[in-house]
Amino acid sequence: MKITALREFGVLLLLVLVCTVAAIREPRFLEPSSINSILLWAPLLIVVGIGQMMVIVTRGIDVSVGSMLGLSGMLVGILFRSQPGLNVGLGVLAGVGVGFLLGSLNGALITWAKVPPIIATLGTLSAFRGLIFIVSGGEQIDGNDLPVALNQWTLGGPLSVGGVTISWLLAMALALAGAAAWFLAKTRAGRDIYALGSNPEAARLRGVPVNRAQFLVYAITGALAGLAGVMYASRFGFVNPATAGQGYELTVIAAVAIGGTKITGGSGSILGVVLGCFLLGAINVALAVLGIEASWQLLVYGVVILLALLIDAATRRTLEVRQVA
Amino acid sequence: MPRPGVRSRCGRLHKHRELIPAVLVVVAFIVGSMQSRFFLDSRYLLDSSTLYAEAGLLALGMTLVIISGNIDLSVASTLALVAVVSANLLDAGWGLPAVVVAALALGALLGCINGCLVAYAGIPSFMVTVGTLALYRGVAQAMLGAESVKMPSELIGIDMKYVPGTVVPVSLAGLIVIATVCGLVLNRSVLGHWVRAVGTNEKASFYSGVPTAGVKVAVFAIAGMLAGLAALHIDSRLGVARFDHARGLEVDVITAVVLGGTSIFGGKGSVLGTMLALLLIALIRTGMGVANVKAEYQLAVIGSLLVITVVATNLGERLASRGRVKMRTQK
Repeated sequence: MKITALREFGVLLLLVLVCTVAAIREPRFLEPSSINSILLWAPLLIVVGIGQMMVIVTRGIDVSVGSMLGLSGMLVGILFRSQPGLNVGLGVLAGVGVGFLLGSLNGALITWAKVPPIIATLGTLSAFRGLIFIVSGGEQIDGNDLPVALNQWTLGGPLSVGGVTISWLLAMALALAGAAAWFLAKTRAGRDIYALGSNPEAARLRGVPVNRAQFLVYAITGALAGLAGVMYASRFGFVNPATAGQGYELTVIAAVAIGGTKITGGSGSILGVVLGCFLLGAINVALAVLGIEASWQLLVYGVVILLALLIDAATRRTLEVRQVA
Repeated sequence: MPRPGVRSRCGRLHKHRELIPAVLVVVAFIVGSMQSRFFLDSRYLLDSSTLYAEAGLLALGMTLVIISGNIDLSVASTLALVAVVSANLLDAGWGLPAVVVAALALGALLGCINGCLVAYAGIPSFMVTVGTLALYRGVAQAMLGAESVKMPSELIGIDMKYVPGTVVPVSLAGLIVIATVCGLVLNRSVLGHWVRAVGTNEKASFYSGVPTAGVKVAVFAIAGMLAGLAALHIDSRLGVARFDHARGLEVDVITAVVLGGTSIFGGKGSVLGTMLALLLIALIRTGMGVANVKAEYQLAVIGSLLVITVVATNLGERLASRGRVKMRTQK
């Protein structure tokens, strides 16, 4: 297989294109500060995107990720505020645990109560956002409530060259991406996810535990969103009940879609998602550097999602033609 | 000896799905009136109905879309975009009739885009409309940013106007008329028959000559046009156009439709049920408002209501179908 035939190659090409155009129009795009903001923008998106990609591969969708992120981040923030000396690792565990529970609720509703994914997660999107306000009483978690070690995830990193820092956040996200790629490619549970997405009925008849696979993707997505909630607290230094993760689902879906994940299910790769996240980050920073207002952001996500849908539809048609011929 | 009585009663309940929201409305009235005296003040109730006129218009379109086996998450974004565009047109000196036509046409066009992507590109409707949810509101935001456009003062306050000689707000009367038309379209027209057919079994209806693609485009276009009408209403009610009008309203709208007995899997549903469920949601929201429950908490209640409704319906359906199977095997 030639490298140019890979879906990821197109994403990479787009990424290079966006960066080149932005750098020519405005050389400041290549300064360490711009590159750092892309590198800090991507990690949370990668972490949540990994889960969302698995969900979309099974022909589902999870629009509650932003609310799960916010609720986990808020609960961990409250935990840190009430237990100032708490180990950060325990906080992470709590965040992931909360996210896993929330995701499991989605998974149970979809798998066993047979609620369509969009309805279940649209409901929990609202319900979890409401819960954030209920547990926090509408109060924000401030920077001085959070442990210093958590800030270091954003400020410090394993590698720093010429002012460009690979933060711990990014290192964690990439490590997770590596683990997820292994899980999806090499384990039976991972292959089951693709089997379910390619042809649910055939997968069931073949003896694939389809219910388990479906439940698992939502639970994993919840756990990852929970982790992203802790990362959010590190990245921004505060957790606000109204804004934490608000509308994040659209960003994540845009990144996953542009990363070459087949919108109608059955195929998608971690490499594509990671590239898609960097691409979206590059577009965002490029717009900011070029002086285009932040109010254009939502439009960009919308265009990106629709573009991915159209590419998807077009490739499906050529594939069908080729199969018939 | 099984008890077919219970089961068949379950089955019969399914043929009259409007009964559930109707009963709940009565319960809500009783509970509400025990909580607060305002609740049974008919003037107060009639006046607050104007707050739900937009949700009502969106819910009528959504009923058709969901019966056809699809979903439209972009309705609130369509509303926002049309609201911004029509306020800009008024600002540029267009006359009211021209703006009304433009708003309805733009709404229908945005709906058509959804419908074409679903019908001809073969992409699931939830994916298409998640995309256009971002796109349409994104265009509105790019046009206005955080600014707002004021409406001409003579066009403000449609919600304060009454049908001459009565205490019924024009908004409510209009909604009832449009709901009646939608009900007639659904139950008495060929299009309505096709919509149900497509929602029940798309392949079978295609092979029996139903223009399935056209039907899908039509339901999305109707939903878009009703969103355009709702946009004009919200502009007039609030007096300004902003990009974040009706943000998140799709949750209330979809909840109203499924609570009204429309099957989320398509094929079954009624306009009357949707309107009753909307009344129920309005009562719950008003009740929570009277009891000083914050808007964010109300969000949690509506979201849970959506999920619980679908879970309960699925459970009821499973019980009913099991009953049917048992009765058949007894013979």
